[in-house]
Amino acid sequence: MCRLFAITSDTPLSPMTAMEALDVMREGHDGSGVGILLRDLGGPFEEMKDAPILSGIFSESGIKRLDTFMMGIGFMTKYKISIKLPKTAPRGTPRRDVYLIRAYEYPEEWEGLTQASLQDRLMNIRLKLREMGEEKEDMIVFSFWPDVIMLKEIGDPMTVGRYLSLDRKELQARIIMAQGRQNTNYAINLYACHPFFIQGYSTMTNGENTAFIPNKEYLMSRGFPGYSGFQSDSEVFTHILHYLYNSLELGIEAYKHVITPLQGDALEKHPDAALLRVLKHSCRRLIIDGPNCVIGCLPDKKLFMVQDRKKLRPGVVGGRPGMYGFSSEICGLDAVIPDRDKSKDFQPMHLDTAIVGPDRQEVSICCQTDPLPLPR
Amino acid sequence: MLPNRPITPSTLSIKDLLWQVLWNKDKCTLCGQCTAVCPVNAIEPGVFQKRLIEPALNITEKPGNVYKVYYGIRQKTDPAYACIGCGMCSLVCPNDAILPSKNEENDKLRLHIDRGGQPRKRGGRRNVKDGILDQIKFIRISMLTDPALDAGRHEFELRTLLGRVLSPEKHLALLKENGWAPPVREIYPLMIGGMSFGALSPNMWEGLQMGVAYLNEELGMPVRICTGEGGCPPRLLRSRFLKYVILQIASGYFGWDEIIHAIPHMKEDPCAIEIKYGQGAKPGDGGLLMWYKVNKLIAAIRGVPPGISLPSPPTHQTQYSIEESVAKMILSMSMAWGFRVPVYPKISGSSTSLAVLNNITRNPYAAGLAIDGEDGGTGAAFNISMNHMGHPIASNIRDCYLNLVALGKQNEVPLFAGGGVGKNGNLAANAAALIMLGASGVQMGKYIMQAAAGCLGSESDRCNICNIGNCPKGITSQDPRLYRRLDPEDVAQRVVDVYLSFDTELKKIVAPLGRSTSLPIGMSDALGIADHHAAERLRIQYVV
Repeated sequence: MCRLFAITSDTPLSPMTAMEALDVMREGHDGSGVGILLRDLGGPFEEMKDAPILSGIFSESGIKRLDTFMMGIGFMTKYKISIKLPKTAPRGTPRRDVYLIRAYEYPEEWEGLTQASLQDRLMNIRLKLREMGEEKEDMIVFSFWPDVIMLKEIGDPMTVGRYLSLDRKELQARIIMAQGRQNTNYAINLYACHPFFIQGYSTMTNGENTAFIPNKEYLMSRGFPGYSGFQSDSEVFTHILHYLYNSLELGIEAYKHVITPLQGDALEKHPDAALLRVLKHSCRRLIIDGPNCVIGCLPDKKLFMVQDRKKLRPGVVGGRPGMYGFSSEICGLDAVIPDRDKSKDFQPMHLDTAIVGPDRQEVSICCQTDPLPLPR
Repeated sequence: MLPNRPITPSTLSIKDLLWQVLWNKDKCTLCGQCTAVCPVNAIEPGVFQKRLIEPALNITEKPGNVYKVYYGIRQKTDPAYACIGCGMCSLVCPNDAILPSKNEENDKLRLHIDRGGQPRKRGGRRNVKDGILDQIKFIRISMLTDPALDAGRHEFELRTLLGRVLSPEKHLALLKENGWAPPVREIYPLMIGGMSFGALSPNMWEGLQMGVAYLNEELGMPVRICTGEGGCPPRLLRSRFLKYVILQIASGYFGWDEIIHAIPHMKEDPCAIEIKYGQGAKPGDGGLLMWYKVNKLIAAIRGVPPGISLPSPPTHQTQYSIEESVAKMILSMSMAWGFRVPVYPKISGSSTSLAVLNNITRNPYAAGLAIDGEDGGTGAAFNISMNHMGHPIASNIRDCYLNLVALGKQNEVPLFAGGGVGKNGNLAANAAALIMLGASGVQMGKYIMQAAAGCLGSESDRCNICNIGNCPKGITSQDPRLYRRLDPEDVAQRVVDVYLSFDTELKKIVAPLGRSTSLPIGMSDALGIADHHAAERLRIQYVV
């Protein structure tokens, strides 16, 4: 089983905070891998919020191919972090040449592009790099997006965190999402490691989605190049979230109505029954079948947690104004935010979506039976 | 055979027949019930002469013999009266003295049942027992990576959609502007497929309808039943139960005069309209109701004179192209009910199914596509059509589904599969396999006749005389002396039993797969088969 921890904080935190939380929850995961997403960055990246940051793992030859490619399309390096590795890698963690975190200047000809077209281009570059990397096995690309850093590696989260010296000031961030465990349902592959990211939307999941194949086939047939990969059955959660916002123009309150729609009377009695019926029917292939606890992050820096219809996975949200954590287990929260009012901890059930907004002032709960916030 | 009898090419011995009637003289009470009940008069009371030798016990006495007469059962060898193996004789025999037995070798009868140049016609389905559906296993068992569910206690949403589902983008846009969206029905994924009033006896039809009404109204299971091509009794057309019924129109348009005239009086819209272009049991051939079964009632409902055979043309005669045949007809039917009723075509499985499907994907009024595979049953067809024409359903439905996936329309055009579902009794397993191959739902016909009414027909060529109206169980007969054997209430009860047990079995399949929130349509990763070629063809896992 995976263990998840996410935190949103007014003041930038070290990524090791999340590693500590994963470490106290270690009984619940097998320490086989770690994935981490940092956004709303502090440190030097604070000054370059718009610059797209490329995160990935490269071999020496991969870096050369990357440089040639990026220069060819007019991207200039603006800032980079070099991770100096100890001589020996922890047992089980492969020896890599370069963990890359590099911010770029946009090419001049990109000036004046609409936001949508710019975002599509960024995504297409990431997909192209991934494709190039898969061809020669010299690059693994996690994200290419402003104000976002992603790292994934095989091994115990705490050990890997220390190995990569994540406890450095340049990597501090206000939002951290971390997952402990390499996906082991399919072949070991870093692309199968959570969190997943597409155009500002990110999710990580604890559990297994048994409706994966129909979900995947539907997403892949949407004609959107970013809906690809799918080394993990949990990647569909990220893509469905993206689809919800980008194609259906609906908000996070509608997410559960797509992945786990209401049934029977509950649907009929809902004030937005007509709309929900349309969603349930037309998005039928996006209905997931858990057990799944999903923690996600939106481009507007909202964090959320939802459970599937069966609610068979643990998940808790708690904190205090200015700092909220989303954790698989309460002990994870206790480790990182001990000074919170524990009576206000919330464990979302099968109808709930727990949301913490970018102001980090409270946990708001959206129940699926509530009216949707639609213009009326 | 007496020595002075002529031997003709079609002179057969009992050994040459497919079914041989074994009769036990010692047990027989000569009550005559077996000869009375035999639907094809294959047996008759016989008078037999028997010679008893009486050898002498000592040398002074002369040996002698006695001729005696005894009475018993004689099996006819005339091909016109060949035993069909239905076993009604053993059913009625008070002493278990009689039993049909199947010939171990290929019978010679099959070479002689074309008298008068008329090839054999029969009911039933393809005389092949095995099928690929029974070989498919469900291999993706949830256990530790995710928990298996409790089929008995967990909640399951086992519903499917019948109707054209729009893309989410389009439907949300339509909702904003209050635009027309195609009608969609939320139904149970196992339907009773088209068996006409005429093919089935009035008691059988009534029993099925009552069972379906009970499932809907008392048990909350939205089960639907298709009328087949034979119209619909006027009282049902004007009742609230019509909403559980899918009206079928086929190339003979039988009964549609009555239906059209009833439209203004309908309290409810029918569930859907099925336009039958083909039938899995006899692809490329039209429906057939032989004259034996066209009595006054049937003739009245169908709007034809009684006592004549009713062969529907192989195709809809007023139309000559796929656009005409499909598009216009769907539009006409939709218009008749003010675009409130889903209209979909049903075709027989064929290598041309994809062409039909592609046409349908471009027709925004088409509510789906039903495909009937080669193992489908029928009330009457030429033996040759039944045994040799058609396409297996598994690869046909899979090809169509994957084609929809490639077009991104797998949710928009629901596919319904039929033809041999539950042929060997594995109804839920076959249905689940088809659903995971891509069907939105399945249709059954023969299975419900067997399970709900005791149909004796089998793929061993047993009984299968639905065509001549002599059904010994009264299921496909129009003779009141036969169909009074079937109590509609009992049929209804069995329909309910079948659906309830199917529902439990389906849950017993989907629960271990970890599926409960929606029907696992296209969940092909759950399927495996120990046949490499089949696995490749169906794009499922090869497991040994």
